[in-house]
Amino acid sequence: MRHWKYILPLVIFAVLVGFFVRGLDLKPAEVPSPLIGKPAPALNLKPLLDTKPGLADADLKGGLVLVNFFASWCGPCRIEHPLLMDIAAKKIVPILGVNYKDKPEDAKAWLANLGDPFAKIGVDFDGRTAIDWGVYGVPESFLVDANGIILAKQIGPMMQKDWNERFLPKIKERSK
Amino acid sequence: MIGRAALVLFLALSSAALAVNPDEILADPAQEARARAVGRDLRCLVCQNQSIDDSDAGLARDLRIIVRERIKAGDSDSQIKDYLVGRYGDFVLLNPPFKPATWLLWLGPLVLAAIAAMVALAFYRRAGRRAPERPLSEAEKKALEALIKDQG
Repeated sequence: MRHWKYILPLVIFAVLVGFFVRGLDLKPAEVPSPLIGKPAPALNLKPLLDTKPGLADADLKGGLVLVNFFASWCGPCRIEHPLLMDIAAKKIVPILGVNYKDKPEDAKAWLANLGDPFAKIGVDFDGRTAIDWGVYGVPESFLVDANGIILAKQIGPMMQKDWNERFLPKIKERSK
Repeated sequence: MIGRAALVLFLALSSAALAVNPDEILADPAQEARARAVGRDLRCLVCQNQSIDDSDAGLARDLRIIVRERIKAGDSDSQIKDYLVGRYGDFVLLNPPFKPATWLLWLGPLVLAAIAAMVALAFYRRAGRRAPERPLSEAEKKALEALIKDQG
């Protein structure tokens, strides 16, 4: 029983290592959203394109949708764009685009260049809708169910891993 | 001499730079003072360790404007904070509220300090209670005398 004194530092060290290993996967820069599991905030935005409608609250009550805040000036938006194109091409879930603090002509050129994955696009020129949604940087994406409840949120670019692990299972669960 | 006076004047007049732009400032000084007080307690979500009053980020500016709009609309300070907490969570407050989820945050240091104090107390108590002094035995006395003689 006298050995516990010698084992104790090892135990403390192991606990410390445990915290550090856990810390490797934490993202302290991500602000957890209080909106998950709650009704999505209002969405009433004028259209960006002549060919596609803007956004209205009714768009959040028709079925599962992915609401994506994007801007042409946003670098990480380019990173996630191919995945959004893929989601749209496979018709997994309609993507509603919110064009955040962008010049309409820039946004149009961006979509013409990279392709347009959005079912509808609304213009959030002053960023007020983004603030209502608790957005603090683009891109951010929200999965909203047919009752208008936010199921999941992605902060920063949507990567295949995030999509497969946190979004796809929820989508599959709902569409059973 | 003039250089030193200028430096003193410069240091006396300078204060922490605020990011509040002139066009954001409210006409009513009392309302503006309230906006500053509220803004100091709100975190800029982009730069995270600055208040919205300290940050030049676009979002910080938007939040400063919202704070001022709400003040003009007659909201109380806590209503303004609730409005933003509803969107960004408690994280938007630079001073986290005291509630079950933050008990560990607020009380953790006190608990650790208490544990440290107890360990220290136990340690010193035991140190004070070390084996009582025992007079030297005859054999030890002789050995000691022999040593002293040797030295002498």
